[in-house]
Amino acid sequence: MVPIEHAIALSGILFAIGTVGAITRRNLIVVLMSIELMLNAVNLALVAFSRLWGNLDGQIFVLMVIVVAAAEVAVGLGIVISLFRNRESVNVEDVSLLKW
Amino acid sequence: MLVVIIKLLFIVLVIMAAFLPIITWVERKQSAVMQDRIGANRADIFGIRILGLFHPIADVLKLFTKEDFVPQGANRVLHLLAPVIAMVPAIMAMAVIPYGGVYRFGDLELNLVVADIDWGMLYIFAVGSLATYGAVIAGWASNNNWSLLGAMRASSQMISYEVTMGLAVVGIFMVFGTLRLPEMAVFQDQTFRLLGFVELLGLVETLPIWLDWIRLPMWGIFLQPLGFILFLTCIMAENKRPPFDAPEGESEIVSGYHLEYSGMRFGLFYTSEFLEIPVIGMIVTTLFLGGWAIPFLSQETIIGFISPIFGEGFATAVCMALHVGTFLLKVIFMIWLQMTIRWTLPRFRYDQIMDLCWKMILPLSIVNILATGAAVLFIRGLQ
Amino acid sequence: MSLLFFYIFAAIAIAGALGMVLNTRNTVASALSLVLTMVALGGVYVLLEAYLIGALQILVYAGAIVVLFLFVVMLLNLRQPDFSPQRQRVTKIAAAVIGVLVLLQFLQLIHGAFGAPAAIPEGFGGYRQVGTALFTDYVLAFEATSLLLLAAMVGAVILAKRKID
Repeated sequence: MVPIEHAIALSGILFAIGTVGAITRRNLIVVLMSIELMLNAVNLALVAFSRLWGNLDGQIFVLMVIVVAAAEVAVGLGIVISLFRNRESVNVEDVSLLKW
Repeated sequence: MLVVIIKLLFIVLVIMAAFLPIITWVERKQSAVMQDRIGANRADIFGIRILGLFHPIADVLKLFTKEDFVPQGANRVLHLLAPVIAMVPAIMAMAVIPYGGVYRFGDLELNLVVADIDWGMLYIFAVGSLATYGAVIAGWASNNNWSLLGAMRASSQMISYEVTMGLAVVGIFMVFGTLRLPEMAVFQDQTFRLLGFVELLGLVETLPIWLDWIRLPMWGIFLQPLGFILFLTCIMAENKRPPFDAPEGESEIVSGYHLEYSGMRFGLFYTSEFLEIPVIGMIVTTLFLGGWAIPFLSQETIIGFISPIFGEGFATAVCMALHVGTFLLKVIFMIWLQMTIRWTLPRFRYDQIMDLCWKMILPLSIVNILATGAAVLFIRGLQ
Repeated sequence: MSLLFFYIFAAIAIAGALGMVLNTRNTVASALSLVLTMVALGGVYVLLEAYLIGALQILVYAGAIVVLFLFVVMLLNLRQPDFSPQRQRVTKIAAAVIGVLVLLQFLQLIHGAFGAPAAIPEGFGGYRQVGTALFTDYVLAFEATSLLLLAAMVGAVILAKRKID
């Protein structure tokens, strides 16, 4: 069994990297990938705690998170494609028409 | 630990070092025989040509000595990495396939599979899904429109057929009750009475003895014939075997994602393609053709037959050799079958491949799951 | 021994994540670093005895979701980087600070005493137990995800069509 502290530390590091990526990067696709990374970090924390307490609920929740992430990626990339068709760019700063 | 290394070396040496060159020769000779010509027979060493068996060596030497270039404007790292990524999943899939049963030599228990994991078939699907990246990265990193076209075709074809590949074997999982490949092979070591359903339906009390001998080995292909056809189609399409080789269509898009690769980089793609042929054979053999089991002769029968004459240890060793030989024979049959299919059918058009997957194989595999589930419930309920 | 493997997988995962976020020139290389992270995380799941989740991580995430990303990148042919002016330094520093704060929040969790890992039954995390739980206790969530996937499929097809006719 991997010590729980190590697993939580890894999860935290990945989540932090994902957050920085989602805030800093301007390529919309990389922002979506950073969000996937954050979801993976959460999955890792769930699986680690599920192992710690011997409860399968954590792993069922991870399955749901994986399904939701897959659905979100599909729809998100659909949005990216239609955005690209309209504006020829996937830069997040180019879709700032609603900015006041 | 030493035993694991020996098992690993056995499967790697037999399949990769022995089978692979022979398969390239078989490809040429079988196609030649099927097309009523002689085939490649010019390579010789000091004037001795054994039916062209030196051609694999000639091929390897040619690939090694060709110029190794990276096209201009291509990503050098990705261009180098793509053939490696294409090759690794094919090798990794061999780790869970049993090429023999469990043999007891005194207190040493020898399980002839490198990794006996509980979720063996899921592992094969997982590493098989990583094979997509080889084609995709190769096409992208080549800075070439034909390659990109081939990569797009490859990626959508492979991810489509992964889905139906998984669904086609769900029937097998239901019937065998396990995902573990050695256990599936052990399950297929028995026979079942062909007319047993009459007894199950309650039409007769017990089947008369003289009808009892009509038996079939309990192989996957007899229990799940539709699953066999669907799975064979899906796994050949997943590995881009002809007739599903639209991504590397030599006549349409000039070799697709293979285009900008020459020398040993192409050699790795070539090797990975020809390595997937025995790997497909091994997976289909273990799931559907009984793995290492000899039909109508179970392991106990063989050991029980030989051990009164020569002793227990010798009997087990003979049984082990027979089982490994049977496994290799079945894999050879599957290789022959794939070659025959390749050289018989013309290449499918790309939209025909996609139609086949989503409009024909997917509904059929779901019907297969429903029918198998109903049958399993019915039979288990009656027993 | 498994601790050593965990460190190796963790190092690969962090390297992949950093490679994804820090790679400004090549989007395909970012996606491939993400694949590295996913596969390494699949290995960590197997080490944590979540075998079904580990296999599904590689099958679904590394084998399908990131392929979808790569597909879109290749379809849009995003070859040249389009980040010409410099990003505001303030935003970068703020992002780094937020990242460090998030990390500290996570690391605070470690100080709680968790006790020894529970003794788990045979087959924990295997497909049988997870499958049974999924089809008995959580069957409503399971059916709801099938609806979610249907909605996502229809939505993605409509969004990516050229024109609605």
